[in-house]
Amino acid sequence: MQQQDLILGNKTMTSEQTHAETVAAPGRAGDRIFRRLTAFFALSILAILLLMIWQMTRESLPSITAFGGKFLTGSEWDAVQEEFGALPFLFGSVISSVLAILLATPLSVATALLITEIVPHRLGSAIASLVELLAAIPSVIYGLWGVLVMAPWLQRSVQPWLVDHFGFLPFFEGAPYGVSMMAGVLILAVMIVPIITAISREVLLAVPRSQREAAVALGATRWEAIRIAVLPYGKSGILGAVILGLGRAIGETMAVTMVIGNTPQISWSLLSPAYTMPSVIANEFAETTAKIHTAALMEIGLILLAVTLLINILARLLIWSVTKGQKQGAA
Amino acid sequence: MNAKVSLENMSVHFGGNHAVKSVNLDFPANSVTAIIGPSGCGKSTLLRSINRMHDLVPTARVSGRITLDGKDIYGAGVDPVSIRRTIGMVFQKPNPFPAMSIHDNVVAGYKLNNTLKRSEADEIVESSLRRVALWDEVKDRLKSSAMDLSGGQQQRLCIARTIAVQPEVILMDEPCSALDPIATLKIEELVEELKEQYTVIIVTHNMQQAARVSDSTAFMYMGEMVESGPTKKIFTNPEMKQTEDYITGRFG
Ligand SMILES: Nc1ncnc2c1ncn2[C@@H]1O[C@H](COP(=O)(O)OP(=O)(O)O)[C@@H](O)[C@H]1O
Ligand SMILES: [Mg+2]
Repeated sequence: MQQQDLILGNKTMTSEQTHAETVAAPGRAGDRIFRRLTAFFALSILAILLLMIWQMTRESLPSITAFGGKFLTGSEWDAVQEEFGALPFLFGSVISSVLAILLATPLSVATALLITEIVPHRLGSAIASLVELLAAIPSVIYGLWGVLVMAPWLQRSVQPWLVDHFGFLPFFEGAPYGVSMMAGVLILAVMIVPIITAISREVLLAVPRSQREAAVALGATRWEAIRIAVLPYGKSGILGAVILGLGRAIGETMAVTMVIGNTPQISWSLLSPAYTMPSVIANEFAETTAKIHTAALMEIGLILLAVTLLINILARLLIWSVTKGQKQGAA
Repeated sequence: MNAKVSLENMSVHFGGNHAVKSVNLDFPANSVTAIIGPSGCGKSTLLRSINRMHDLVPTARVSGRITLDGKDIYGAGVDPVSIRRTIGMVFQKPNPFPAMSIHDNVVAGYKLNNTLKRSEADEIVESSLRRVALWDEVKDRLKSSAMDLSGGQQQRLCIARTIAVQPEVILMDEPCSALDPIATLKIEELVEELKEQYTVIIVTHNMQQAARVSDSTAFMYMGEMVESGPTKKIFTNPEMKQTEDYITGRFG
């Protein structure tokens, strides 16, 4: 056989090919099954998501048809009168998340820089694992700490001081309750710092040494090297981390529900209680009686899902564009 | 000949690894000195000690003396940042800042020490890019990303960026090893011109390149400085057997 193949020269190829095919056939069948199986599971995740959107849309139809666009602009939330406007929840979610991001971002980026650029490698790794540990704490624990420790502290010391000194500003108007938009913002900030820090750290670690060296060799100090080489290189990755944090903040339910005061109102004062989309769903879903009430909560869920999906896609795209750029870019 | 940079009994250790062993070497002003030797012999390590890049590596320890115009650059009270402004460096792989435009790359280092007006910046960009023969190729797209350039153009951009800081000495660590032959030739021509104004120290594993561009050559082997002298002499009539073996391609 072998001999013949050699002699026939040209034909060798084809005969070897058929040979290989017959031998590899069982393996290929296994490959095929494996591929189909993974494809099935991957698609089923997508299917679950689509099914969820479809189901939620269907369940919220009564509310969608009854209120239309007014659902997003109305600020009345009255189960008895069956009047539902989601604006206070939208407002509460967006404002608390955005403020939390504004607070958490500088803190997280600074921590990531400290870990990767300033302290010795070992100490940096130790701090990094500590920070990641924070991400593993269940949110109800954060909530408990928030309602038992932070909110009373805010009510006793921070908020009265703010009222005394900055009470003339609309942001610090009213009585200090402790539970408030401010408490919600702070708890959210604390909860998203770990994830933003962890991803920023990875982004900064991926900055090639040659970039730092380029800056240092030009006469940059440590801080200047960070400013002209490290941060610009990692900027879209860090932005991705921030947006991922925003997604977390918007979807966070438990801890926020425990400290934000759960009052559907639109107030610019950080001292006022507020309400978020996940909180109202969690609080009211079990005790709805009217169908329209359930539908309204479903619609809020739908809005929340849309917002978080959008934010996540945006974040992934940004992080993806960074890693892609690194592969093509300067080493 | 007066030495611009000189090494006296200079050693570098990485932890317990004695990477550069008690080297004595003078680098004359306004000339090109090539450092050759097989991979891993300590060429880069020696070069990096001259602009204090080892300060970034916690395990690295430099001993002996390195002087610039007779002054110890590791002396007490010497600011490594100011040393690096006087002694610029070009790396093995082109490393422009990818987030910056061509224009901003050129003035990136210069801007660290000077607040400059637009017109000044434009002047420095033009003169630096002309100096590296890149101006005509990029003058119409100064605002585009440095990553749009070819490897050879990127390396010349990096040289322009180094020149813009107005150094006196330029260190080059195998600046052509990632480039094609034509881009290599351009860099070599540039090196010849640079010595009019700067003291150039170039590491290369390419002996033809050393022979072409340098006035003096130093041959290193396993952390030691085996032989140094005028390039012509090293390549035609070396004193040490090891040097001869290396340049005739018998090892390395
Ligand atoms: N940052 C570093 N940490 C530890 N060892 C190093 C470091 N840089 C270089 N070395 C060691 O120093 C020696 C010389 O390396 P190098 O100067 O890069 O050689 P060359 O440039 O001649 O190829 C090698 O043994 C290398 O392992
Ligand atoms: Mg080297």
